[in-house]
Amino acid sequence: MLTAILTGFLFSIFLVFTGKFFKGKLSILASLIPLGLFVYFFQFIPAIAGGEVIMRSYEWIPSFNVDLGFKLDGLSLLFSLMITGIGFLVFAYTSSYLKGHEYLDRFYGYLASFMGAMLGLVLSDNMITLFVFWELTSITSFFLIGFNNTNPASRKSALTALGITGIGGLFLLAGALLLNNMTGTYSISEMLSMSEAIRENEFYFLAVIFIFGAAFTKSAQFPFHFWLPGAMKAPTPVSTYLHSATMVKAGIYLLMRFTPVLGGENIWNTTLIVVGGITMVYSAIHTIFRTDLKGILAYSTISALGILVFLTGLGTQEAFLAAAVFIIVHAFYKATLFLVTGIIDHQTHTRDVTRLSGLNKIMLPVGIAGILAAISSAGIPPTIGFVGKELTYEASLHYESLVIFLMIAIVVTKILLLYAGFVAGIKPFTGKLPEELSNTKKPGFVLWAPPLLLAILGIVFGIAPFIIEAPLIKPVVEAMGADASNIHLALWHGFNTVFILSLITIGVGTALYFIIKPSKGLENGIARFDFIAPENILTKFNKIFMSISNFWTNFFQNGYLRNYISIIILFLVVLVGYIMIGSTRFTIDYNSLSKITVYEITTTLILIAGIFYTVFTDSRLAAVAAMGVVGLSICLIFVFYSAPDLAMTQFSIDTLTVILFVLVLYKLPKYLKLSDYKTRLRDGILSTIFGLIITTLALEVLSEPVSKEVGDFYAANSYIEAHGKNVVNVILVDFRGVDTLMEISVLSIAAVGVFGLMKLRLKMKDRRRYADTGQNTENNKN
Amino acid sequence: MRTTIILKTASNYLLPVLLVFSIFILLRGHYLPGGGFVGGLIASIAFILHSFANGLPKTKELLIMHPGFLLPMGLAIAFLSGFAPVALFDLPFMTGLWSHDPVAILGSVGSALFFDIGVYLVVNGVTLTIIFTISESA
Repeated sequence: MLTAILTGFLFSIFLVFTGKFFKGKLSILASLIPLGLFVYFFQFIPAIAGGEVIMRSYEWIPSFNVDLGFKLDGLSLLFSLMITGIGFLVFAYTSSYLKGHEYLDRFYGYLASFMGAMLGLVLSDNMITLFVFWELTSITSFFLIGFNNTNPASRKSALTALGITGIGGLFLLAGALLLNNMTGTYSISEMLSMSEAIRENEFYFLAVIFIFGAAFTKSAQFPFHFWLPGAMKAPTPVSTYLHSATMVKAGIYLLMRFTPVLGGENIWNTTLIVVGGITMVYSAIHTIFRTDLKGILAYSTISALGILVFLTGLGTQEAFLAAAVFIIVHAFYKATLFLVTGIIDHQTHTRDVTRLSGLNKIMLPVGIAGILAAISSAGIPPTIGFVGKELTYEASLHYESLVIFLMIAIVVTKILLLYAGFVAGIKPFTGKLPEELSNTKKPGFVLWAPPLLLAILGIVFGIAPFIIEAPLIKPVVEAMGADASNIHLALWHGFNTVFILSLITIGVGTALYFIIKPSKGLENGIARFDFIAPENILTKFNKIFMSISNFWTNFFQNGYLRNYISIIILFLVVLVGYIMIGSTRFTIDYNSLSKITVYEITTTLILIAGIFYTVFTDSRLAAVAAMGVVGLSICLIFVFYSAPDLAMTQFSIDTLTVILFVLVLYKLPKYLKLSDYKTRLRDGILSTIFGLIITTLALEVLSEPVSKEVGDFYAANSYIEAHGKNVVNVILVDFRGVDTLMEISVLSIAAVGVFGLMKLRLKMKDRRRYADTGQNTENNKN
Repeated sequence: MRTTIILKTASNYLLPVLLVFSIFILLRGHYLPGGGFVGGLIASIAFILHSFANGLPKTKELLIMHPGFLLPMGLAIAFLSGFAPVALFDLPFMTGLWSHDPVAILGSVGSALFFDIGVYLVVNGVTLTIIFTISESA
């Protein structure tokens, strides 16, 4: 199973080296990867339908309880099949859609990595693994959405999407850590058995918030929905893949996966119903005001996601069943509509629905696919969409409270979605072919076959829903923690309330389609309300945030080293001083101190003289030399207190510091009075306080009872275990050797940094010199 | 910079002496005060003294390669000395490996010595890189 997940990533690495071969005619071969994976997952169907759950676990970081645990049950199988199945069609479609594109190989690389990440996401049983793949989908989708990276709007949408879903990822991580804290495990299957304990835990509420935060951002729920319409800047195959079957369904998957763990409580259900309800109605209304085909599809996608959240929130067996069916319904018709839109865009170079009509005369198979998808999305029999809609109505109708509100919300949504589906799937293909489109070329087989296949499958599953009932739907409902034994999918449910509601939906929706024509006027009408749209509120917030951080950064990072040091010391003084006030005893045990010798007094006097000389001298060089005196005096003190290693190092370092100073000072202008009296006074006070605090701290440490455990351990073991008699050195190279390894790495980085900065400045200087003297810069370039 | 002939002459003799001294400090570190860090610093001081007396180009000539190359070399030696127990004996990273019999002069030789040599090279490389770069560009 791990191999299956990694295939996508391996393929994209493979493309790095062999990409140029896949840009041309061979590009369609890339679709063999998802096809192979689809077949692989397909063969698990009998086992899963038989109630089996396949677990695979590979050790990763056992000390943190993190393993690569994967679980294949009904829910993950359904998603895996969608990811690989629709993936196959999208891969194939792309080979024709982006034929001859300069970066087609790159595109396949992103797409394959994304597919791998998605598979990992839906198969992970360990929450940390889940989080890793969750973030990987955000990152890979960033590259996919921003694929047209020369277009600023495209880059911006990619960033928005990454930002929103990235925040969600952090929520997921927080949720994982919190749940681990509550249960002691990261395994979702193990959490299942502790569901009751989790729900009684005082942090249950917080865990739910975190999971919601992750799911709502990923699945574009109100008010985080705006990244999704923006993501339509991506090439259409990406939109198809991300928005019909994969990326945005990840949030739904998360909610479904956690329903048996966290669900059943009021907060869980009510929040989901309210958020899902608002999202589905809000974005369904939005579809009326769009003229861009992809815009319409984007909002209808958000609305469909709202329905899924809503259904998950209802929490009954009927609702789970409806959700399971609706996932398939939506994947089929939405993928079809996106692919159809892509073909229209590819052939006519417009997606403006007001200008499109009568295209069936040119691309009949595409027209059939579009119309079939539209009637499936409308829920007209005999499509699978009809089955899904009936189940949705039934689930809402049988909910325990406020049925009337739920019904109004869901019926209004469905009516508007029917309208949206008709506009996207039927409008471009009916009516008169306009003059300007009459030269449109026919699309090739590879373009029209995938949507047609999906659309036909939608009808086949509608006529014979039992095909998917046992292998796919039942295991999903079971995975969500409900009993699935009495489920029977059927096209005809009898003449009842639900059927009447269906008739109303179809009637009103169709009427709406003939009454309201999409127009620029409507689109501009809604634009007036943009100022209260969540997206714009966020943009404003971003601007304020940017200016505050600008101010903040300029205030603290003003480029003067002396200010940095003052701020650091001031901060330390305030922090340490605050803690020390009240807890310091100011007692010194004179008996425990060693006698003061004449050497020490002399050295200290020299040291003090050095300090005063440094501060008051008028010459830079003398100041540096005096600093050296201070350093060497400290060296001597180390020697007195038998720390020869420290003394040696300090001695060498001091020598080098003086050399370094001299090197820099040598080039500086002659002595200038840089600081005035006030600054000097301020710095003097600051450093005096700092010195006092450090002194008090040192004395305070002395009066604490000493724990010699660590020191004794090193002293006792350094010869036995590490064959060394110099304990300090043994600690450096052996006991704490990894620390030293890190330290020398940091030192190397610092050296490379200095080298880079200085050499870069040299080059800049050279360039400027060339420019100043008016020499031929062409030569320089060459 | 003007330099006296005394310094110039002395530095030519001091360089090898200081280098030998730095290696001495490096090797004695396991039993007595010293070690790779101090050793590396002393070695770099030796070169810097030489460059003060004879000018940077002369010192660079003497070094053959840029001191920056010491960084990856030292890091690699230090890392490999820690990785050897993993690769050879399937022991945890940085487990000390020791020769059975003490070697003449050095005493017992082990992976820690190689680690210290790595530290010596890195410290030497870092100091020389920084100081050479600054004195070239300032």
